[in-house]
Amino acid sequence: MATGEFAAHAAHAHAAPTSWIRKYVFSLDHKVIGIQYYFLALTAVFVGMILSLLMRIHLIWPTATLPFLGEIKPETYLSLLTMHGTIMVFFVLTTAPQGGFGNYFLPIQIGAPDMAFPVLNMLSFWVTALAFIVMIAAFFVVGGAPLHGWTGYPPLSALQSAGPGEGLGADLWVISIALFCLGALMSALNFITTTLDMRAKGMTMMRMPLTCWSWFITAILGLLAFGVLLSAGILLLLDRNAGTSFYVPLVTINGQLAGHKGGSPLLWQHLFWFFGHPEVYIAILPAMGLCSQLLSVFSRKPIFGYKAMVYAMLSIGFLGFMVWGHHMFMSGMSPYTAFAFSVMTMAIGVPSAIKTFNWLGTIWRGRLRFTSPMLFALGFVSLFVSGGISGPFLAQPVLDIQLHDTYFVVGHFHLIMGVASIFGIFAATYYWFPKMFGRMMNESLARWHFFISLIGTYAIFMPMHYLGMAGHLRRYSQLTELNYLHGLVPLQTFMTYAAFVTIAGQFIFLFNLFWSMKFGKKASDNPWEATTIEWTTTTPPPHDNFGGHMPVVNNGPYEYSVPGAPRDYVMQTDPPLAKAH
Amino acid sequence: MGLVLLVVIWLITFISAYFFIAKTWWLPAGASVAAAGIDHHFSTTYILMGAVFVAAQVILGYFAWQYRDRGSASRQAQYSHGNNTLEITWTVLTLILFVGLNFMSSSIWASERFRPAGPGAVQVEVTGMQFAWYFRYPGADGKFGATKPELQDASAGGEGAIGLDTTDPASKDDVVAGTMYVPVNREVDVTLRAADVIHSFFIPAMRFKQDAVPGIAIHMHFTPITVGDYEIACSQLCGLGHYKMHGILKVVNQEDYDKWLAAREAEKQ
Repeated sequence: MATGEFAAHAAHAHAAPTSWIRKYVFSLDHKVIGIQYYFLALTAVFVGMILSLLMRIHLIWPTATLPFLGEIKPETYLSLLTMHGTIMVFFVLTTAPQGGFGNYFLPIQIGAPDMAFPVLNMLSFWVTALAFIVMIAAFFVVGGAPLHGWTGYPPLSALQSAGPGEGLGADLWVISIALFCLGALMSALNFITTTLDMRAKGMTMMRMPLTCWSWFITAILGLLAFGVLLSAGILLLLDRNAGTSFYVPLVTINGQLAGHKGGSPLLWQHLFWFFGHPEVYIAILPAMGLCSQLLSVFSRKPIFGYKAMVYAMLSIGFLGFMVWGHHMFMSGMSPYTAFAFSVMTMAIGVPSAIKTFNWLGTIWRGRLRFTSPMLFALGFVSLFVSGGISGPFLAQPVLDIQLHDTYFVVGHFHLIMGVASIFGIFAATYYWFPKMFGRMMNESLARWHFFISLIGTYAIFMPMHYLGMAGHLRRYSQLTELNYLHGLVPLQTFMTYAAFVTIAGQFIFLFNLFWSMKFGKKASDNPWEATTIEWTTTTPPPHDNFGGHMPVVNNGPYEYSVPGAPRDYVMQTDPPLAKAH
Repeated sequence: MGLVLLVVIWLITFISAYFFIAKTWWLPAGASVAAAGIDHHFSTTYILMGAVFVAAQVILGYFAWQYRDRGSASRQAQYSHGNNTLEITWTVLTLILFVGLNFMSSSIWASERFRPAGPGAVQVEVTGMQFAWYFRYPGADGKFGATKPELQDASAGGEGAIGLDTTDPASKDDVVAGTMYVPVNREVDVTLRAADVIHSFFIPAMRFKQDAVPGIAIHMHFTPITVGDYEIACSQLCGLGHYKMHGILKVVNQEDYDKWLAAREAEKQ
């Protein structure tokens, strides 16, 4: 351990860079890398969002001719949904909360001058950025982007002849994901080492803010999950290009033998979901940690059940690896295993429910300040409940008979994994923007953004549950062929209009972000009167985070409204509280 | 702001709940033996989860308003790190609710999927390929003849499409159709296959869904109880024509079924 610590400290003791390139492009500073990750995710989220708008337009006006793009064909629709899903899951939900905010604030919140391995950190970002470029390139090659969905089930994803986009576009898709996995693995190592080895004096594990716990647990999930996806992706690439048959049995496409024999399509599904389910928690855990943090800060009250929150996150992480089969109830997997996966899935709902109770317990008898981060944190709780409540439906194989692959599933995971996580990202942006850029964001614009987003996303995703109950299947590019879909078109139309409004609302956020960087009100060092270490240092923090001294931690992270204290918060670095409580 | 939040969260909750309660959009009418049990369990889950949904949202909205910072009129927030009794109580309650639901549904699942079809079931082999369903009946010998991938020719349709090996004696009386006919009130033993990529055989009214996976033959059964025409859809993304990969299930009485099958056999000779 001693040599490890030495290596870590020697590596992070890098001097502040002077050249522009080393400062802003190939920077070793975790804060710059965090901002780079954030802007990568911001670019990706707007790309992903525009793709979703094109999908919604196509569903309602299938023959419309769009400026620059022309008519959207059924296969184009499938490319759009594949790329929307992939970009959102990997380059937004995984990238922003962990790569972005985790990178920036994990070291500062535990009182470290940088990540344990700054060079590795820089590499993780640039590999991720390269992965994004490769992914986008898939749009521009012959045949276009793949149409196999973000889950990429072979044989569809493994055979060049299976459809348009399954040529070079699909190869680029696999390569991009493999690169992303490499970046995520390097990043996970860094997060785990940093959390274990680089905490300031007095920062015991049980004094870490819940944000740090969530980044730490997310990194462990990432380390275990991305390795599997990387291997699965390499096998898929071999099936596609080297004539192997890991996933493809003897099949014909249009009467032509595909030249494979003996592979198992279900193998991919097992490997993919062994990654895919923990990935859901990789996306949501940081948002859980952050919203716990914000509810405490802005209720001026300690978090309700700190230890229960930590244990809940740990058990979510642990159980998260035992539930992947619930994506495969209809796949042909043994029905007996379906039963086991179902029980485990119901069990994983318990820690999620505990967290919800604790969030409500935190605001109960608090003194709520409705700042923009707090609004998004409350919105997160609402969305988490709404998205979570459909989980116990889908966790039961017998209900999956009707609901699997319908819009019910799409509504479920968008509310909980998509929108709730993104509310976490918004909350984090409004909360930490002052520390990152030295200025406050505009509160009125933030409120407009909040209410449009909350009402808008409910208007888009709640009706999906109704569609799903009626049997409306997902990934249908046109609603004309099945008679029973015709009656559901008005609901789809409503959702498309809601999407227009909601997406327009996101430009308020974009404007606020860039406008405030330049013209926002100057922020003080601790504008929210919060207790954690990032608020003890200057705004924005210096290169080594604390200007030459190392913080010493005396208190827990959530000491608000302590009786007898001079103000309604006691910082982690303040003199120790009496042991009375 | 607390009041605005309360109003918005409550409105979202009540409007969402209204459409669930009014059943404006609901499960399609069931037409199989399994439908009643599945729908009943769906309703149970939905009542319990619906209650949790409404309760949590209403409390959230209420707390946001009740505990808003009222300036000098507000009390200091309560200094409390939580309550272990409460933690244990809600953990145990949630565990009972979730796992209980699961055990309630397990017997339905078991009867659908653990038990194979009975010996007298009508045999139908369903083959999915981009982008059509083919239905094969074994004929009088009760045996399906061999099929070979290298014989598949989608443009030939019917027997050619699934690659029926006509040299196999068992294939002589096999009937391949583009529409699925089954007699009412008899168990149907479906053998699911896929020729190219994964498809999924979904008959909403029968509460029947199962992926068809290349390389494996999957047995699944259902018993239709109402005569009529029902839509069949593909529910697993299978390529650009996924949205139009559909078929018709015709549930008819036994006589009509026998007549139809005899006519197909006659056509074949």
